[in-house]
Amino acid sequence: MQSYYEATARERIAGILDPGSWHEILPPTARTLSPHLKALDLPVAFDDGVVIGSGALEGLPVLVAAQEGGFMGGAVGEVQGAKIVGLFERAKAARVAGVVLLLETGGVRLQEANAGLIAVSEVIRAICATRVRGIPVVAAIGGKFGCFGGMGIAAGCCTSIVMSEEGRLGLSGPEVIETAHGVEEFDSLDRALVWRTVGGKHRFLLGDCATLVDDRQPAFRSALAQAVRTGEELELASLEREQRTLDERLERFGAYTDGEDIWRDLGFDKPANVPLLATDALIALSKRLRAA
Amino acid sequence: MDWHAVADGLFDRGHDIVAVDDLLSGTGHCGDTAFAVVGSTNHAEIGVELTLAMAKRVVATMRDHPGRPILFLVDTQGQRLRHRDELLGIHRYMAHLAQCVELARARGHRVLALVYDQALSGGFLASGMMADLCAALPHAEIRVMNLPAMARVTRLPEERLRALAATSPVFAPGAENYAQMGAIDALWAGDLATHLMAALRDAPTTDTRRDVGRARGGRKLAAAIAERAASE
Amino acid sequence: MERLQFRFDGGSRVAAASDACLVGVVASGNLEVLIEPAPQTDACAIEIRTAANGFGDVWQAVMTDFFERHRVGGIRISINDAGATPAIVSLRLDQAIEEFTRRDPA
Repeated sequence: MQSYYEATARERIAGILDPGSWHEILPPTARTLSPHLKALDLPVAFDDGVVIGSGALEGLPVLVAAQEGGFMGGAVGEVQGAKIVGLFERAKAARVAGVVLLLETGGVRLQEANAGLIAVSEVIRAICATRVRGIPVVAAIGGKFGCFGGMGIAAGCCTSIVMSEEGRLGLSGPEVIETAHGVEEFDSLDRALVWRTVGGKHRFLLGDCATLVDDRQPAFRSALAQAVRTGEELELASLEREQRTLDERLERFGAYTDGEDIWRDLGFDKPANVPLLATDALIALSKRLRAA
Repeated sequence: MDWHAVADGLFDRGHDIVAVDDLLSGTGHCGDTAFAVVGSTNHAEIGVELTLAMAKRVVATMRDHPGRPILFLVDTQGQRLRHRDELLGIHRYMAHLAQCVELARARGHRVLALVYDQALSGGFLASGMMADLCAALPHAEIRVMNLPAMARVTRLPEERLRALAATSPVFAPGAENYAQMGAIDALWAGDLATHLMAALRDAPTTDTRRDVGRARGGRKLAAAIAERAASE
Repeated sequence: MERLQFRFDGGSRVAAASDACLVGVVASGNLEVLIEPAPQTDACAIEIRTAANGFGDVWQAVMTDFFERHRVGGIRISINDAGATPAIVSLRLDQAIEEFTRRDPA
């Protein structure tokens, strides 16, 4: 399975880690089923939609959590969240080069309401606490369901994010916004608009993901390994930098209403062509524009 | 709930908290302790500007007042549900705020939060839920969504959700349910200044919410599963 | 949700390449199949949790067909189903048993 987008969570792990290095923690035989889904008489999964374990990424010892978008849109419930949080606890004791999150999720699993929200909060805190300890946490986003809700915040807390053009990253999904404020506010069926707003290319051009890759598992693998090696300390100076970056973003782009406005401001003469550019070409062009 | 009354109750030695639009900020004095206060009011929709303003306040506290405790006063109807916020990357603004809180904790600031009115999902994750200890006033409303909306989204009958909510804290809104599940340390009734100083003394510096949820019986699996994932 | 259990005797024990294997995903119209060795028995024990109620006869037919084709024993099969068609169920079972019995070249 070469496409990251099409792959399941388990196929992604197989495609990204060094062959033979994978050891799953709480595998399906542990039967960690969601009691809340059972109470609602809904289908359950043996791993509750997240695969966790340890392995090697281009030789680097890493811990990995991979969400399965096919199961409840990758939404986080009590058990799934606890598995991820426990993995981060493990990172404290184990000698690892980093923690890798293969995210595909709509955020809080609404069927688990309060338990889902608290679980997402615990994941966010675990990511931040791990980074404070100097362990890089890197995320990949390139699946069908994107990465939204509180898990969008979780992704933003990571040391770095690898995305493909097909990936989407945000807080409130387009459907949620359309439900709240109507189709004029955000037409969730307008695919081009959705990708101009939350898609991989837009996130890359804004600097919300560090690396943009083609939708191929090997591309994700090498980008994730590079991200783990690069790392970045969470310290006051870096947060002050981030504060300035986000301030300037509001100042510069705050009045715009479309991704194309932002891309034009960034120097793209023909912003309408950005969605058509190959990944390499986009990266090269954006580098030139940043240097200019 | 009017934030003035809450602030007056918390800070027996006075405060200079002001509201600028929906942002609350200032310094409050309780006993001999000064608190950097940051928060929101008017059931604020938390958008990019407000998030950044709150983060700025946390960063400034780390820089100018090392070690000073930080108190979040929470009143939010959730994140702002607008196309513009998504276009600008509101998830990253919220993540920035969350990381500011984490770094403050790591640098020795105690971070407390009080839900004095409403706290809904996304607006709450990067602020109150990042604190060492989060408390709520007894009438505070905390939820992901209300039951009718939940019934719509999950396509489950509302009566069924109501029945489950009567027996389990998982489904129903309410500060009391969040307390049972460990996400709210306590409901503060009576003298707020006393509660605040006790919280400052007792707040844990690691995330103990799943253990509290287990001890109170409201969240039975999270702690056990996390322990197994950490050690097996 | 409905829970169904089947048990087939007379199969031959399979040599498992791994401790257990999982195939499929609990997505709409799909299912996951978990196969584990059950050393204490020669039977093929199957447990199903399905979202579609009232299809016990169909499951019985699909499981019987699976057993007749593979004649495997000494295993425990657990299924979480989210409304898969009989064709998909058969396909996943075949994939699962193939993966379970595939020996590593080493």
